[in-house]
Amino acid sequence: MAEEKKYRKPLPRLDEENRPFWEACARHELYVQKCRRCGTVLYYPRAFCPEDLSTDLEWIKCSGKGTVYTYTATYQNQSAGFRNTLPYIMAYVELEEGVRMLTNIVDCTPEEVSIGMPVEVAFEDATPEISIPLFRPVR
Amino acid sequence: MSITGKTAVAGVYEHPLRWAPHKTQYQLMAESARGALDDAGLRLKDVDGLFTSGVSGMGIVALAEHLNLNPDYLDSNSIGGSSFVSHTAHAAAAIAAGYCKVGLILYGSKWSSDRFAIGTAGGGAGDPPDQHENSFGPTTVGAYALVAQRHMHEFGTTSEQLAEIAVVTRRHASLNPKAKFRDPITVEDVLKSRLVSSPLHLLDCCMISDGGGALVVTSAERARDLRKKPVYIQGAAEACYHTSAGRRDLTDAAAKQSGPKALQRAGVAHKDIDMAMIYDSFTITVCVTLESLGFCGKGEGGAFVQNGRIGLGGELPINTDGGGLSSNHPGMRGIFLVIEATKQLRGECEDRQVRDCQMALCHGTGGTLGLRHSGASLVLSV
Repeated sequence: MAEEKKYRKPLPRLDEENRPFWEACARHELYVQKCRRCGTVLYYPRAFCPEDLSTDLEWIKCSGKGTVYTYTATYQNQSAGFRNTLPYIMAYVELEEGVRMLTNIVDCTPEEVSIGMPVEVAFEDATPEISIPLFRPVR
Repeated sequence: MSITGKTAVAGVYEHPLRWAPHKTQYQLMAESARGALDDAGLRLKDVDGLFTSGVSGMGIVALAEHLNLNPDYLDSNSIGGSSFVSHTAHAAAAIAAGYCKVGLILYGSKWSSDRFAIGTAGGGAGDPPDQHENSFGPTTVGAYALVAQRHMHEFGTTSEQLAEIAVVTRRHASLNPKAKFRDPITVEDVLKSRLVSSPLHLLDCCMISDGGGALVVTSAERARDLRKKPVYIQGAAEACYHTSAGRRDLTDAAAKQSGPKALQRAGVAHKDIDMAMIYDSFTITVCVTLESLGFCGKGEGGAFVQNGRIGLGGELPINTDGGGLSSNHPGMRGIFLVIEATKQLRGECEDRQVRDCQMALCHGTGGTLGLRHSGASLVLSV
């Protein structure tokens, strides 16, 4: 039933700063930014480098691989979209590109997840326009 | 230019209610205002500086209207639960600058009776970073749990060590007639309570209560002529830590930036602090804050809180009122840190009094340790 499949978690609000990131996610590609002036790799995406305010940023395509920096299995969340998926694993994943991003670890139980675990990106298609970057264990 | 010792907390009041469905938020603030002004021996019309948080965007103007005040100085700095520690410092600066003479800091909340699930629902407010977080279910508990898990991984901190913080805090609450939870608990009780967000159990988490409180700040000179012994504002500092463009060390808190500055401004060292009020949203908050403030080395918080060190009679008694873990936590708790520290310094704490208490440190944490948070440190003395 289409009704049951409806995505109920909060969706990102696309804006002038983050739109390229989310458009890439919709193509199932993960990008972070790099400052051409100072070389800083940054996440989350923005219109300028927070080190030197340069607007000369390039988008670099990520390998999609990383490791779990930290995680938590959440057993209580009353919000729509989450209360039916308990427990879920929220984590910071450290990407090969050097930055950490908040995400969920899927295809994995709370007992299986660990810090340092190799993971790879997987996209959940929330709407036709928006896909959410999640990670799953590399098996 | 130093303002050390030039201003003082002259009046405090902690609203006794923890459940107030029959009162409004502004009523709790007005009742708290009356309590703190009575404590100081001042009248409402003496107030010319107003400070609050936890109200709507322009709520401070409505609060002034509700109290029929026309203050010369308004500050509704909203940086989470630490806001009221920050307001105390801002009031001191404003008074020292001559911008106002009597600052009234107010808080009131009905988040318990309004059934606001601050810890286990929702996400951020819609700011840029929220667009990269809200989809992943970042509850408040979860965002602190991320720090706890990393701390355990890096330093070998255990759930038993964190539980000790809840146990000691409950022991303190048992000595506070106003505290909500007063029955003693054991480390085993904490570990057996259900997981909310691993590795944090229910008893690692603060409660949600209703409540309110008020502080009156004025010049040291004026405070000396008032009803109660002045508690001098010796030093303060603020900070905020966030995801740092993807490179934040999650085991550091903003206290690392604000704590040493506040102590330096007060001209004191850690060994001079007789008691501390450490925002205890969760047990891990206390552990990381003690480390970041510099009371112990990084990664040593788990060991530091053992063997009675943070209990009454210990080397550094903390959260003697029972904290947010056991006394009250109406969504934001910063004001109660300053209220309890002031009472300790005045020697008004009866069964839970810290002996010969001359110097106290308050540190408020606002927001979430694992995403972004503010810290406000304040050194008080008699």
